[in-house]
Amino acid sequence: MPGKVLIVIPCYNEEASLPSVLDELHQTTLPGGYQMEVVVINDCSKDNTVAVARKHKATVLDLPVNLGIGGAVQTGIRYARDNDFDIAIQLDGDGQHPPKELDKLVGHHIESGANVVIGSRFLEKEGFQSSFLRRLGISYFHWVNRVMTGKHIYDSTSGFRLFDRAAIEIAAANYPDEYPEPESLVLFSKAGLKIAEVPVIMSARRGGQSSIRSFGSLYYCIKVSLAMFFSFIRKP
Amino acid sequence: MQRIQIIAIIVNILFLLYIARLIIKGKLREEYAIVWVICTVFLVIFSFWTEGLELLSRLTGVVLASNMVFTGFIFAILIYLLHLSVVASKLHNNNKKLAQEISLLKEQFDKYVSEHK
Repeated sequence: MPGKVLIVIPCYNEEASLPSVLDELHQTTLPGGYQMEVVVINDCSKDNTVAVARKHKATVLDLPVNLGIGGAVQTGIRYARDNDFDIAIQLDGDGQHPPKELDKLVGHHIESGANVVIGSRFLEKEGFQSSFLRRLGISYFHWVNRVMTGKHIYDSTSGFRLFDRAAIEIAAANYPDEYPEPESLVLFSKAGLKIAEVPVIMSARRGGQSSIRSFGSLYYCIKVSLAMFFSFIRKP
Repeated sequence: MQRIQIIAIIVNILFLLYIARLIIKGKLREEYAIVWVICTVFLVIFSFWTEGLELLSRLTGVVLASNMVFTGFIFAILIYLLHLSVVASKLHNNNKKLAQEISLLKEQFDKYVSEHK
């Protein structure tokens, strides 16, 4: 029996970029005969994200209050757990994560059996590489992650990632709200999951705004460092 | 009795009455009222028994009795603020769980309705 894959798309005001992302997704076939379902999590958008998603045949989870990216992704993860999916893949609604790169993530999961597969911008220097400050932050988190998880994770802030059943179970129970990407890696690695990275080519966003803007980046670094530290010392 | 004592006692008793009123009307939960009631009771006691305050400050080695009152209250307020942050964090988590549950239920409900039309 072929397995089921859930594509989790957290959205906040993404009506501009969502149609092309969803269209591309519907034309994508996954390796290993996996069946695909797409779920759009509307994090209390002020635009027509819900209508656009429904029109493009996606399941919609409509949050009544704004939870932030982590809370939205966790909603999708919980949907995956409740509906018995084998794999959940987070893919951003802004078009930064091209659906055609999905088969690299799934392929790597099938080959290596890793519980979490991260689509990384930096393993090969191709495609959209982000701004200088952001890359500085990313290399800082590479270092922090090495200290806390003992692993080399180059793109720990990448939101393009695959969760298998074990990872879904953990993330459904405990997933950070704000800037969840680096912190959740500490959680996964403490639970003994295998984390792998696979190079993908990302594009610049097609619309909308990043959740991390310049004036908040210092806060981002401090908050995430603190959260990672406390996740690290907390008993599992 | 000094004038300041009388003012303090009246203000404290009014404050206690106001807390009682809030609890009775259901606007303040008892667990959050405890701190306020205890603080006010302390204030009332020391308003009557001013020598007690002098005695306490001599025992703890504080030169001015009023400084001891300030230190004690600032400390109590800090602890209470921390407690409120803990409460806010708990509410935040509960709120998140509820929102997620609502969105999942809404989706199930929509599916059910469209299947049984």
